[in-house]
Amino acid sequence: MINRDPHPNTLISVSNLSFSRGNKKIFDDISLAFERGKITAIMGPSGTGKTTLLKIIGGQLFPEQGSVLVDGQNVHQLRRADLYTLRKRMGMLFQSGALLTDMNVFDNVAFPLREHTKLTESMIRTLVLMKLEAVGLRGAYNLMANELSGGMARRVALARAIVLDPMMIMYDEPFTGQDPISMGVLVHLIKALNKTLGLTSIVVSHDVHETAAIADYIYVISEGKVVGQGSPEEIRRSDSEWVQQFMTGAADGPVHFHYPAKDYVDDLLSSGKRY
Amino acid sequence: MIELLAHLGKSTRASFSKLGRATFFLLQCLAGIGSVLPRPRLLLNQLYSVGVLSFLIISISGLFVGMVLGLQGFYILSDFGAEETLGVMVAASLVRELGPVVSALLFAGRAGSALTAEIGLMKATEQLSGMEMMAVDPIKRIISPRFLAGFLSMPLLTALFSVIGIIGGQIVGSGLLGVDEGGYWSQMQAKLDFHDDIINGVIKSVVFGFITSWIALFEGYDAVPTSEGISRATTRTVVNSAFSILGLDFILTALMFGDD
Ligand SMILES: Nc1ncnc2c1ncn2[C@@H]1O[C@H](COP(=O)(O)OP(=O)(O)OP(=O)(O)O)[C@@H](O)[C@H]1O
Ligand SMILES: [Mg+2]
Repeated sequence: MINRDPHPNTLISVSNLSFSRGNKKIFDDISLAFERGKITAIMGPSGTGKTTLLKIIGGQLFPEQGSVLVDGQNVHQLRRADLYTLRKRMGMLFQSGALLTDMNVFDNVAFPLREHTKLTESMIRTLVLMKLEAVGLRGAYNLMANELSGGMARRVALARAIVLDPMMIMYDEPFTGQDPISMGVLVHLIKALNKTLGLTSIVVSHDVHETAAIADYIYVISEGKVVGQGSPEEIRRSDSEWVQQFMTGAADGPVHFHYPAKDYVDDLLSSGKRY
Repeated sequence: MIELLAHLGKSTRASFSKLGRATFFLLQCLAGIGSVLPRPRLLLNQLYSVGVLSFLIISISGLFVGMVLGLQGFYILSDFGAEETLGVMVAASLVRELGPVVSALLFAGRAGSALTAEIGLMKATEQLSGMEMMAVDPIKRIISPRFLAGFLSMPLLTALFSVIGIIGGQIVGSGLLGVDEGGYWSQMQAKLDFHDDIINGVIKSVVFGFITSWIALFEGYDAVPTSEGISRATTRTVVNSAFSILGLDFILTALMFGDD
């Protein structure tokens, strides 16, 4: 497959991707491009497949059609060893944090270093404490993963995702569960990482304002399609109903708040029958 | 009727595909063992949680099984005036059959179910996925060390079970029922065959350790990642291990002791 991407500066390009879960089509011939050194946001209603998209880019799920190129390599055709080499350069922040529960915060952040490098313990210590300091949790290094709140767990996961200094990082809902202060710190941190390290970032988020403040480019996806794209300014001025509804948070519009269901009244009246 | 056939077809296909997944899993797991060896710490940690933590249940069970054997054996043997051979009877039953089988059943219940729940939960909380994204192969890092630990612990736990059982039989036999202590030990030493009894018992325990660890780890890895899915997987580990252990024990016994 030829890379039909218009920008030569693209680090990740998703072309003509289709993916289904059972009978449900999650992506229908979708194409996205993520520029090097930029923050690209993916927004869209809950359940549209944002997490799924990140897992496809990371090579954990296989598309039915289409391809994903990361740094010129087709993720789904790589041999296992090559895929793992590529993944060392891809950080991913899971929505749930995905910390290892049998280790404390320090060991969780040190985990990728211990697995992939031969650094001495004192160097590991320095690196880990630096990353923990960046997310404001150096003091929590001794806590076990299950002693953290959801927001703290996500920040530890962020520290872990950047500890190998990857070329790119995928954030799945980094702002969820953060208080205004740590939210501000995180927004700043994502921006700073992107600036100072030249990290290419993909941010999946519902938080319209925070995301618009840091993103260089935004994709709005819904029902398997890209329904809007552009710089935050363009998105704000977009005349697409989809995008407007999403940015303003209106309940009515082309995007449905409800998961597809049969008629509400019918459903209530037919109570007693099992599905 | 047609429905039944269709259902049968479906479940047959499901079991074959599961068997396929299990085989593939085993191959990956075995291939991963090579990368455990340079990191003995991983193995040691697992030997502790899989093996050492099973010591207590294995020792206590071994003691009681041995004591019961001592009692039952004494009543039968004393009818023939052959109380002296109590030691042979207790030791042979333990080393050939009860040691490997009962310790494997206990191991499946104690360590196997714990392994399944642990792996299943790691899957449900995306820890395995997370590792994959950090370019760490969860098979090599998590599964293989546990498999190796289970496989190595089983013969040792079995030996522990049998030794404690033999002591239990002796406590009851000479302590309570007055069998001559020297006779208990010397008859045992004279009659027990190193190859026929001990080696065969060890072979059994190695096979059971292999199969139980495989089942436990696979069920966890293949579990539906929900609380219900994990609880079912844990049950399947115990049930499938028990069936496999008892079935294989019959086959192995027939092969080993069949022609003499
Ligand atoms: N393991 C799975 N099996 C079947 N369907 C799944 C599975 N995981 C997700 N889905 C379905 O795929 C769709 C997309 O899920 P995904 O988690 O990617 O959504 P999302 O956009 O990340 O939502 P959110 O913003 O709530 O995190 C959902 O409709 C969900 O029902
Ligand atoms: Mg999601």
